[in-house]
This record gives sequence, C-alpha cells and structure tokens, in this order.
Amino acid sequence: MIGIVNYGSGNIEAIANIYNRLNIECKVINKPEELEIADRLILPGVGSFDECMKQLIDSGFKDKLNELVLEKKTPILGICIGMQIMANSSEEGSLEGLGWIPGKVKKFDESLLKNKPYLPHMGWNNIKNIHNHIIFTGVDEIQGFYFVHSYYYECEKEENILTVCNYGLDFSSSVFKRHIFGMQFHPEKSHSNGETLLKNFAKLDIC
Amino acid sequence: MLRSRIIPCLLVHKKGLVKTVNFKDSKYVGDPINAVKIFNEKEVDELIVLDIDATKEKRGPDFTLIRNLAAECRMPFCYGGGVSTVEQARRIISLGAEKVALSSAIVDNPLLCAEIGVAVGVQSVVVVLDVKKRKLLGGYDIYTHNGKVKSKRKFKEFVVELNQIGVGEIVINSIDKDGKMNGYDMDLVSSLRDLCDTPITVLGGAGTLDHIKNLISRFKIIGAAAGSLFVFKGKYKAVLINYPNREEKFPLY
Repeated sequence: MIGIVNYGSGNIEAIANIYNRLNIECKVINKPEELEIADRLILPGVGSFDECMKQLIDSGFKDKLNELVLEKKTPILGICIGMQIMANSSEEGSLEGLGWIPGKVKKFDESLLKNKPYLPHMGWNNIKNIHNHIIFTGVDEIQGFYFVHSYYYECEKEENILTVCNYGLDFSSSVFKRHIFGMQFHPEKSHSNGETLLKNFAKLDIC
Repeated sequence: MLRSRIIPCLLVHKKGLVKTVNFKDSKYVGDPINAVKIFNEKEVDELIVLDIDATKEKRGPDFTLIRNLAAECRMPFCYGGGVSTVEQARRIISLGAEKVALSSAIVDNPLLCAEIGVAVGVQSVVVVLDVKKRKLLGGYDIYTHNGKVKSKRKFKEFVVELNQIGVGEIVINSIDKDGKMNGYDMDLVSSLRDLCDTPITVLGGAGTLDHIKNLISRFKIIGAAAGSLFVFKGKYKAVLINYPNREEKFPLY
C-alpha cells in the first residue's frame, strides 16, 4: 500500500485522486506511528524549504521517516519541495535538509534566462532520462511534465541524477539513490506521464 | 525547453458551462464535469474554471463543484469565483486545485494576495483582471462583477502594486475581445508585460491557433487562454470541445 505523508504540506488530495483512479490502494498518513502500514511512501511538499522541514520536525515525522527510509529501506518518492528537502541544505532557508541524497538546493540564476517572467520555472518542459531507469518506462520524454519552482536540486554525485531538464541551465529534474526518488515536477498534475510514473513507482521492484 | 501554456477557460453559470460575447449573451455549452473529462483526454496544459455567478450573487465558492472537478483533473486546475477569504482559498487548494483565482476581492483589497500567499503559497495565487479599453483617453479600466462595475483603480498602478505585493500569476481578460475570436489585444499584453515580471496569462480574443502562435512568438513565455476557441467549431459556432493535439501544438512554440 502507498502511504501519502500528510505532515501539513502539499497537494495530498491530487495524489490520492490518481491512485484511486488507478485502483492502487493508498492511504493518507496523518501520524508518524501510522507510517509502518505502508510499504512505500510519497512525500509531497509545497511552500518554502524551511517551512516544510519545520512542519516535518514539528509533526514528529522526520525521525520516523529517517528510520524507515534509511534503515528499513522503505521506497519513497518526494515531489517538488518534498524532493528538495531530501538534500543537505537549500539557499532558500537555513534549516538542515534530510540529507538522503547528497546535494544542495540552489536558486535559478535569472541572468541566464532570456524572457520574462524568469521565475518561477512554470509550465510543461521536456526531460531526459539519463540512466534509462525503469521508473520512467512508458513516459513520453518530449511531452515531459508540469513544473513550478524557483529552486533546483544540485546533486553532489552524478550517479544520483535520474533525469535532466533545461531552464537557463541543465538541472536535475529528478534524483534517485536506490529506493529513494525525488521529482521536481508534479506527476499528480502531468496527465498520462504522471500517472505512468506514479504507477511505475507503486509496482517497482527495487530490491 | 519550457513551453508556453495553452489553457482552456470555462465559465460556470447556473451550474452549466456557458460562453459569452463581451461578457454578455451567454450561450450554454455543456456540463462542467463532462468537459473536464474531455479536456483530460486531450491532455490540456492547464485548466481555468470561473464561476461567473458567485460574486454577483454575493455568495462564496461552490465547494462541491470544486471537489468534483479537482477529482477529475489530471492537469493543473485553477478555480475562481466568489473567493474573498484566506479560509476559502485554503479549502480550494486542499480539495486538489493547483491555483485559486481572485478578482473583485483583490481589487477591493490587494493585500489579501499576500495573506493568501502565506496560506497556500504565492505560486497558487492568481489575480484575474477584467479590463476594458477607454474609448477616448486611451489606456484601460478595471471592471468587476462580470464587467458591470467599473473600479476606481488605475490599471497600470494597480499592476505595479500587485507585482510588488507578489502574486503567482495575472490573468488579463479583455472584455472588448471576449468571444470575438479576432485575436488577442497585443497592446494590452505588451503594456502589462512591461509593467511587471509576474507570469501572465492572456484571455479574450483567441479564435485560431495562429492567434496563439502570434502571442507566443511575441512574448515567448506566456499563458495563452481561450474560451470560444476550445468549445466552438466552425463558422456557425457549433458546440464541440476541442484542443490542439501534439502535432498541432508543437509548431505553435
């Protein structure tokens, strides 16, 4: 069963709607002690880096997630800020990130962008699956995904970059480390591509 | 490459969908949920749904409708109509909408944008400005209540103010162009683009895909919204929900 972590941030309902349509069992997890009933997790997130980290800590989810993800190797998929907080730190805030996938979150350099509105990077953009990872099986890379963000994940190690996208520069539009996945775009808002990806995550044989 | 967003805009009136001309003469075009299902299949970039009765009838948003629409939408979904409080905005986002559109409440009190921005994230706050060209003096006036009430706000100053406060997007809706299908008001977009660096979506006037192409080729990254174009087909405006497919769409960028 898929558990959607409800720590007070993110578009929980949109993700649940997709799994309901796909007839894949999912549950919104409201308390850290309920996390263990799920065999894989989705970590949404909207707003700012610090705000999300603070909510994750205050709600008591952070420690339990660390235990499940790092020790029990529960597969997890972070979306948008839910991905960014998997980094070590962010230029957007001062709190420490989860540090699951080594990297730093940086702000796009507006001087590299030619046309207003510059930021956020909002709309549909194509991606490139540089590792040919099976989680992207069936995804139309040219169609791509819906993005809305002003900060991007800079991976410390190239091996953790799952897909790249271009907005002024090439950036990691998704990252991974074995059973840990982070997507900058919004699969829950990205039509059949998003549905395919969420379905692939639900069925992925990671071990 | 980031692509400009091509966005159908649907108007809700008496629980059905309508399309207007110059904000008048509403014509019934179908059922909202059914339309969303078709736009899902056509994989539209984004969808705007505006309840044009709410503010006029002095009522809040129809949350049942929003819940049902959001449950269908597989694309970013923006809802507007009757939103005047932080709590209403928060509820709309929690039901699964991506963006909440405000108009008359922001014309009354622009600082409400900031309050809603704190609650749901600035990127989710959309301000819709209905504007009409001044006949003699030049420039534009802002209207609310379906084009019935002229605001005292000065268009240019108000846009600068919104830009300073910080909003996620401005939807500029030309009352003169509404339903005319003879092209966007490019001067209006150009004056707005110069005044702010907020994302802009243009509504009113699109009648062909070439109109959209012209808008994108001039402004590069922009939201191209349309009502009539995506709900009518042919010279006699037969109701038929449509949207460019991939082959028709990619040459527009």
